[in-house]
Formats: sequence, structure tokens, C-alpha cells
Amino acid sequence: MERLLGGSLAGRVDDADIYLEYRVNEELVLEENVVKKASRHVSQGAGVRAQAETRTGYAHTDDISLSNLEEAARQARAIADRTGTSGILAVPSQGRAHDLYALAEPPIAAALDRKLELLRRIDAAARAADPRIAQVIVSLASEQIVMLIATASGWTIGDVRPLTRLNVTVIAEENGKREIGSWGGGGRVPCDFFLEEDRWTRFATEAARQATLKLRAVEAPAGTMTVVLGPGWPGILLHEAIGHGLEGDFNRKGVSAFAGRLGQKVASELVTVVDDGTIPNRRGSLNVDDEGTPTGRTVLIENGILTGYMQDRLNARLMKMAPTGNGRRESYAHPPMPRMTNTFMLAGQDDPEDIIRSVPKGLYAVTFGGGQVDITSGKFVFSASEAYLIEDGRVTAPVKGATLIGNGPDALVRVSRVGYDLKLDEGVGTCGKDGQSVPVGVGLPTIRIDGMTVGGTQV
Amino acid sequence: MSGEAIPPELLTDVLRRARARGATEADGFLIEERHFSASVRLGQVDTVKHSREQRLSLRVFAGKASAAASTSDLSRASLERVVDEATSLARVTAEDPHAGLPDPADLVTAVPDLELEERGGDDLTPEAKIERARRAEAAALESDPRITNSEGAEYWDRRARYVYATSHGFAQGYATTAFGLSVSPVASANGEMQRDYWYSAARHREALEDPAAIGRTAARRALRRLGGHKVRSVEVPVVFDPDTAASLVRSMAGAASGPALYRRASFLLDRLGKRIAAPAVTIVDDGLIPRALGSRPFDGEGLGTRSTVVVGEGVLESYLLDSYSARKLGLRSTHHASRDGAGVGVATTNLILKPGPTRPEDLIGSVKNGFYVTELIGFGVNGVTGDYSRGAVGLWIENGELTYPVEEVTVAGNLLEMFGAIEGIGNDLRLRDRTVSPTLLIGRMVVAGN
Repeated sequence: MERLLGGSLAGRVDDADIYLEYRVNEELVLEENVVKKASRHVSQGAGVRAQAETRTGYAHTDDISLSNLEEAARQARAIADRTGTSGILAVPSQGRAHDLYALAEPPIAAALDRKLELLRRIDAAARAADPRIAQVIVSLASEQIVMLIATASGWTIGDVRPLTRLNVTVIAEENGKREIGSWGGGGRVPCDFFLEEDRWTRFATEAARQATLKLRAVEAPAGTMTVVLGPGWPGILLHEAIGHGLEGDFNRKGVSAFAGRLGQKVASELVTVVDDGTIPNRRGSLNVDDEGTPTGRTVLIENGILTGYMQDRLNARLMKMAPTGNGRRESYAHPPMPRMTNTFMLAGQDDPEDIIRSVPKGLYAVTFGGGQVDITSGKFVFSASEAYLIEDGRVTAPVKGATLIGNGPDALVRVSRVGYDLKLDEGVGTCGKDGQSVPVGVGLPTIRIDGMTVGGTQV
Repeated sequence: MSGEAIPPELLTDVLRRARARGATEADGFLIEERHFSASVRLGQVDTVKHSREQRLSLRVFAGKASAAASTSDLSRASLERVVDEATSLARVTAEDPHAGLPDPADLVTAVPDLELEERGGDDLTPEAKIERARRAEAAALESDPRITNSEGAEYWDRRARYVYATSHGFAQGYATTAFGLSVSPVASANGEMQRDYWYSAARHREALEDPAAIGRTAARRALRRLGGHKVRSVEVPVVFDPDTAASLVRSMAGAASGPALYRRASFLLDRLGKRIAAPAVTIVDDGLIPRALGSRPFDGEGLGTRSTVVVGEGVLESYLLDSYSARKLGLRSTHHASRDGAGVGVATTNLILKPGPTRPEDLIGSVKNGFYVTELIGFGVNGVTGDYSRGAVGLWIENGELTYPVEEVTVAGNLLEMFGAIEGIGNDLRLRDRTVSPTLLIGRMVVAGN
């Protein structure tokens, strides 16, 4: 490593690093109560990066030998080679790594028969939950990543990252009608996590409840209305509406709808949003990011005022800001980018029941599928999978899935109530950006948004 | 690929070892890939990436039980570990009467040359590749003063080699190349910013669109979004441009794929032989088109690729199946197995909704009041019920003319009803990607806005 950083990469670049990764993934799928899939995948490789001014050279190889690394370093440097002096120097990495997920027994190491027994019990619980459950698919994914990064400034640090996720999907059938329900959770936790607090039974019964509820769902309304979002996973609103737009790269390039708006009011004064990579055992947490910077807690919006961006080393250097520990990558095959960790809104004062009672007519959405944002126009969508009509302050009929659409810079301005019931999600989120997927978390208290477009079919 | 290709014996040796470790059958896929990409932003080089990857994926059967394992480390020790892991995993999985390799008699015998690899001809230098990206972006930036910024342009190429082998002694391979160029300019006016993009991709480099033409198209797409606003919620005819129409075809194929069907998680369940779309709709999956991006000489289980009519004149004529899902459904494989690290799935090849007789401008011209969709965002497609609700961007149609841009609205309906309500099919089909469609006119959908 020293030889590479000192020899092949030294001198004519602003920053350089070498990232080594060894990863094991295991997936078990139980379908129709038989183990339908059992697979184990090993990957390892190295990514070498050299940067000068705004230029990045990146090369990676999955055959880790010194000669291959030297070739990668040569390729990476060729492009970043400096002509003249930029005057911008690498931000020295500093701070201490956290210790957020040291596990006595990482999920990848747990015995197969114990895992399979858990899957079988969940299958039985889902089927027992309702006679209309026709299909049950239970999957358990476990992962262990060992990474090591060395930067040109002499900083070397490693991390061992366990991760697991359990998912239950069911199909309910009634009178020729079929619906799907899904629930899951996990984190940087041991497999026993699913046995604690009866999580496994809850995941099974929740999936069954989702599916059977939809069997009697009515058409969703279409148009602009008051929307109440329940606590937890609906925090995906923050991820899409403002999260991506506050990533450093989009703001340095001036292509985000939030570019140049630091210090301005972008949300109701009830709204404070943070990105926090330091919560123990959470899916989105990291001891250090994928550039070796310890993760932190970045206040993005404080009482409605835009206060911070999420940064990796490159964009921090170019914007003359501090790295925030948000430099993340999918694997050694990808250069890092500014990415979210766990993004959530802090709790407010209101009783969630009161918030619902305050709405004469609207939509109460409690579970969502995926979302997406156009960071330049600011338009974002997220799709409700469990939602109800609110009529005269009461939650009434369940409605079919509908996409909600809004405009990032003004969606949070319309937040008129914030509940005291902040909840983080169960640990299922995966965020995609520029073809790279990374695990993330979100969280939200119950909130009321005055005026959001609901994409149903009832005009 | 260059001369240092990994020998196929590596794979056959692994299969032999699996048999020795107690596997009754096994098959494996070996993928080697070299990838290059260069992005340019505002005329300056932004990121250049080089990579080489390799992966060996193994599937073993212990009688009717199976398991999969893969590795990117092709050292002897690692390959031995993969075999041991797969065979021991197979012992814990349950017997499944439908598991197993395809009948060896069905395997492809002559691998057709589909010209998927550009042979000969020197690779461009990195500088020449960067220059193409630069030209594409420059054309976008120069085309209009309102193009004020850019997310950049990217040139990429990929050379890959695939080998498939079974423990029955089958071993065949093929190589592919792919090239692409994309641009994403930002237009701005009156404090508003809009981004759009355009791209070209091909198996042979000379088939790429001219860089400047890609840039100008991307700029035109970004510019026409400026000044967009919501509309009142209304039920109207909706015209999907070829790219957004292709996404509808993709959703249809997802519902026709074996795994969704045997899990009963598809709105096309029990619809084989039935009408599922307007009579003008024919959708084929043709994996044998020379030089096409979706073509492959055989599928992920060694079965020869062919052309499959999925929907013929509105009637669902075939599902898309691999061997396993076919056995589960009491049908025969349609040769659509795909391979990834995790095992075997189903993937389309070149999926095409056949063109109709009408010019796209005439489809738009036939609409008095409606919505022309140019981009869809979000994941609001329920494959079990066909319920559909996605964010949309486009232009409003008034008296047959495209008028003002529209954004922050959704389009909603149900895929079966939408395909049944296709009232016009454009003549503007271009095989520019794996899944393609001409412009489609759908009689009625709900547009939600104010």
C-alpha cells in the first residue's frame, strides 16, 4: 500500500486512496415451505483512486496482486495527473472510528439450521395469520464486508460490517382477487435480533395484514389534498424530497434544486432533519465511511433553515467544507459519492391522534414502497402501499396503492404538524444513485402536510 | 477479449469436482468483463474508470435439491471452497420435484454467430473516447443559451465473454462488446432548472449515434421541460413516447415471467390464450437479431435462443419461462433463463412491441385534450394486480397540438385496462435498446394534479 501510494500515486495528485474489500453474501429463500434457494457468494477486490482538482481516475480489479494494483494505480493517475497547481489540497482525514456493531456472532456466521428453522416458523406464522394467505416467501439475506482503506495522507483504517435483512412476502387470495403484502427488517445485528421482541411473528402477521387489507381497498383519490404520514418508514419522504438534493456533488455542480440555498428557509419551522451515521446497529450506520472518514450527525435542516450538505472528501475539498462521513460506495468496483446514512426528522410536540383529528378530508399513509427524485427540478415521488382515507378527522377506508408526488423545495414548507412519535424504520432501505446501491435508514414522526398531490384514479 | 482469457477448462474442472463431492448434476457460468468509462463535465474530464471483473457461478443438484454459489476469486483454493459450499448448502435445501437441469437433448448444438462482438478494429485511445463525450456535451451546451449547466456526458465500452457448461459435458461460450454515449444537460430560465438526457448504445461502435446529434437531442428534451406546471386532475387520453411506452412493455413482460406466475403474483395468471390487450398489439421477444443489444445465442441454461410471440394481436400467446418455472407450470421452457450470481431467473432478450401504421404526430393530432408523457418516475406498478400510478413529465395536448410542459403530476390506471385501451400505435419503432416500443395512445387514464 505504501509503495503504491508513495510511488505510483504520489506527487501529482490532490488526493489518492486504495480501497480493499472482501465480502461474503448468503441468501436463503423459503417458498411454499421448502428451501427454494440457498446461495453463497464471495467477492473481493481493490479500487484505486486518484484525484486532481475536479478530476477522478478510478480503476479496480478483482484479482488483487501487486502488479494489478500498480496497473490500476497507473490508470487512475493517468487521468488525474495534475498540470500546474490547483492550490487545493486533500482534506486530512481525522477523528476516531466508531464501534457501532461489534457482534459476538455476526449473521453470516450463524448456523444454517438455525436460520432455516427461523424461516420455517415465520412461514407457519404467516399462514396461520389468515386463511386467505395462499403463498408465503420468506428470505434471509446476510452479509459481511471487511474493508480497508489507505489514503495518500497516510491514514489507514479498516472496518468489519455485518448486515442482515429478513423479508416476508405473502399473496392473499379471495374470490379470484389477489394481493401482495410484504414486511421485513434488520440491521447490523445478529440473527437473534429477529427472535427478540417477537419481531419474527410481527413481520409475518404484518405481511399478512398488508395483503388482506388491500383485498378490500377502494380506489385511491386523485388530486391535491392534505396528507398525514405515519411514523417510521414514511421518512422516505425526507430521503427523496430533500436528502438527495442535499448531497454535496449535486450542489457543487449547481444542478440541485437546493444549490446555493444554505441559510435559507426551505421547510416549516417545525422541521429539523438530520443524517446520522452513528446510531448503533442501524442498517444505514457505519463506523467510518468508504473513504475512511468517521461518520457523524449532520443537521441538514434546523427549524426550517437549510444548514448543511452531506459530503465526501472530493466535494468537501472543492466546496471548502468539512467531510461529513457520507462518502459511500456499493463495492470496490465503484468510486465513492456523497450518500445518505440514516436520515430522519426530529420529533415535535403534537399527539399523533390529534394530527389525524385535525384533518377534515385527506389521506393517511403509513407504509410505502420505493421513491425517486429528479434533483434538478426537485420533483419527487414515493408510492404508498398502505393508506387510508381521512374523513371528518377519522381514519376510514383503506385505499389502493398510489404514488404521491411533490416538489422538494416546498414540500416541507407545507408541514403544519409534527408528532412526538419519532420512529426509525425497521431496517429495509436500499438507496440507488448512479447505478450504485447502498443500505440506508429513514425515520419520521407523524406529520401533516397541507397540499400534496395523490396519484389515484378517483377524480 | 485480449489473449489472456480464462480457459473454459476452469469451469469444467469445477463441475467435475462438484460431481466428485456428491453432486448428481451441476452447471456453471463464467463471466469475464472489461469495462471503461469516461465522463466529461463542462468540457473538463470528470471521472475515468477502468475495470476488469470475473465471476464463476455454480449451481449444484443433490438429487432434487439444489444450491448456488459464486466467487470472483478464481484461485484454486477459492474454487474448491465454492464447490464445497454449494454442495453442503444443497444438502440442507429440501427436495423439489421440479428442480434439475434441462434435458441435455434440448441444449443448443450450433451456437449462431449473432455478431455481438466487434472484432478487429483498434480500440479507441482513452483520449479519443473522452473527446466523443466532450463533443456530445459541447453540442448540448452550444445548442441554446438556456442550456446553462450540465451533469456531464459519458462514453463507455464493455467487452465480455461468457462460458456456460454442464456436468453432462456441454460447454459453449460467446463474446460481446457494447458501446454507449450519454449526455445530461441542464436548462434554466427564470430561476427554474430542468435536466434531461439522451443516450445511444450499440454492440458495434460505428452504430452509435453521432455525438453531436445525441447532445442536441438531450438539449431539446431539457429545454421543452422549462416552464412546466401542474394541471387540474382529469381523465384524458394519454400518449406515451417510445421510451416511456417501452417501460409499459417491460411491466407486461414482468407479469408474464415464470417466477411471478408460479408464485401467483401476476395479473397475467390464468390468462394464457386470452385477450389481454387491444387487437392491434403484438409483442415479440426476439433474441436472434444480429448486433442487437438484447440478443444472445443461448440462454442461461444452454437452450438456444429464439423468437417468441408473447402477445399476438392482443392475445397472450406465451409466458417467459426457464426450465424450473416451466416445470412448475406444466409447460416447456421458452428459453428465457438468465444467470446472475444468485442463480437462475428469467430475462427477456430484445422485447419489441410491433409498430403500427400511424405517424406519432398523427396520434398526437387525434387527441383534442390529453397528455403526452416523456418521462416516468417512481415505482408505482403493482405486478400482482396491474394497478399503475407513476409520476410523469410531458407536454399537454390541446386540439392535436403539443402545448405547454407539464410536471408534478401522476398518471394512473391498471395495466390490463391500459393495454386494452391502446387506440393507436406509432410507426416510429427503433431498436435502440433491449426493450422498445413505438409511440402508444391509450384512450383514457387519470392524470392527477391540482
